[in-house]
Amino acid sequence: MTRISINGHQVSVPPGTMLASALLGSGAFRFRNSVSGEPRAPLCGMGVCFECRVTVDGHPHARSCQVPVREGMEVNT
Amino acid sequence: MIVVVGAGPAGIAAALRAQECGARVTVIDDNPNPGGQIWRGDDENSWVARFRSSGIPLLSSTRVVAVDVEARSLLVETDGVSGRLSWKKLVLATGSRELFLPFPGWTLPGVFGVGGLQALAKTGLPVAGKRIVLGGTGPLLLAVGAYLRQHGADVKLIAEQANIQSLAGFAPELLRHPRKVLQGASLQWAIAGTPYRTGCWIDSAEGVNKLERVTVRSGRDIWTEDCDYAGVAWGLTPNTELLESLGPEPEDVYVAGSGEVDLSFVEGEIAGLNAAGYPERTVLLAPKLEKARGFAAALATTFALRDELRHLAKPDTIVCRCEDVTYGELRKFTSFRAAKLQTRCGMGPCQGRICGPANEFLFGWETGTVRPPVFPAKIATLFSDAPLPADTTGQPDTKEITS
Ligand SMILES: Cc1cc2nc3c(=O)[nH]c(=O)nc-3n(C[C@H](O)[C@H](O)[C@H](O)COP(=O)(O)OP(=O)(O)OC[C@H]3O[C@@H](n4cnc5c(N)ncnc54)[C@H](O)[C@@H]3O)c2cc1C
Ligand code: FES
Repeated sequence: MTRISINGHQVSVPPGTMLASALLGSGAFRFRNSVSGEPRAPLCGMGVCFECRVTVDGHPHARSCQVPVREGMEVNT
Repeated sequence: MIVVVGAGPAGIAAALRAQECGARVTVIDDNPNPGGQIWRGDDENSWVARFRSSGIPLLSSTRVVAVDVEARSLLVETDGVSGRLSWKKLVLATGSRELFLPFPGWTLPGVFGVGGLQALAKTGLPVAGKRIVLGGTGPLLLAVGAYLRQHGADVKLIAEQANIQSLAGFAPELLRHPRKVLQGASLQWAIAGTPYRTGCWIDSAEGVNKLERVTVRSGRDIWTEDCDYAGVAWGLTPNTELLESLGPEPEDVYVAGSGEVDLSFVEGEIAGLNAAGYPERTVLLAPKLEKARGFAAALATTFALRDELRHLAKPDTIVCRCEDVTYGELRKFTSFRAAKLQTRCGMGPCQGRICGPANEFLFGWETGTVRPPVFPAKIATLFSDAPLPADTTGQPDTKEITS
């Protein structure tokens, strides 16, 4: 299992899981806030819509549907 | 040197045909594995296997961000490295993406494209026990419904907007394609027990901060279905950004694919032969092309979007999700250009990839206005003629890729 931290909470997922899938699986639904403050989560699952953006290891705007999980990854939504 | 952009069925076919003619070929694809939308990661597919064993170089996880027609070069970016790749002949086989139509509540977390939902499920999203409603049009609804069921999801309803008459009209065309009938039959088996309603569509999605239920309509009947996830499918829209950035009638550029798999494949073969300088060999492919076109045309007629879908969006329904621009704001304008300037519609990070085709459908606007870079590129890529020293800037290493 690969351990990642989601908003400070430790979560274990099978290796190779895509970050967006791991986040949704862990119950996260607010990946980002839209410009008017609505919660948004993945739509396209293939890197096109940019709705799944999160902060990964301090880098903002990572498209989580294109990022495989890595041991020790710190994710903030 | 022939460069093929895209390693889906069309790109694979183009590359193999060109190699057969003795040409030197390189393929670029922004995914880690060849196969495109349909065969991705499927090593049992005989074409993917043939491509892998062909010795044709594949630059995977590499995306083309711009094409320079004058200099005949591509600006490419891959993890940590970016640079230019030159070509003598260019084949664009960049495929398609899902089309999205705005309806009330479609921005709620839990509403996905069906292809997107399947992609997420394939990469670790647990769906077992989840209540899912699928709605929209086309065979993809059934394929994804079957996949989700096999993985333990409770698929409560598949809502197909086409009516039963047009589906019945499709039957004779299917009979001309026995392999597809078999596919269809096994799909039906896999979804046996799941309600499949024709002439039926999702009117709206509701919930507080996330999806809780959808409202479904069929003729005069309207009802709600509680669900955890909804998948919508309104068809596909081709990725034409690179092509549009080339200007009219670019020389030595060939385009293939983006449609139904068999049509994409034969178009790829033709593009490959043309690029390799053997246009006369394409004559033999004419019957195959005609058959594939026939099937694709029947699909398009059967699953044509009904007019009612143009009226799902309400004044406060968001159309541009990047900039939160509503249908009510957009409807005041007469062109996409004007709407863009006044509302920033289509100017967010997706660069109009989601709202552009939606605006075309809703308002009949022409929206193809993408400028290079066609993907938000790293700054280092844009200046890749002047390499940045990686050690001093911390930027990705930038180098010339020679071919
Ligand atoms: C979610 C989804 C599901 C589908 N399911 C089916 C199905 O079940 N049956 C069917 O017949 N058809 C299906 N299709 C249609 C499908 O697109 C075609 O059948 C087939 O994949 C088309 O082949 P292609 O080679 O034209 O495009 P694709 O298979 O889409 O391949 C294009 C490739 O080009 C790459 N690419 C695009 N732009 C760039 C760039 N700038 N730089 C680098 N690489 C790039 C893409 O990553 C992709 O790998 C589906 C499409 C989608 C979107
Ligand atoms: S879900 Fe669309 S870009 Fe990630």
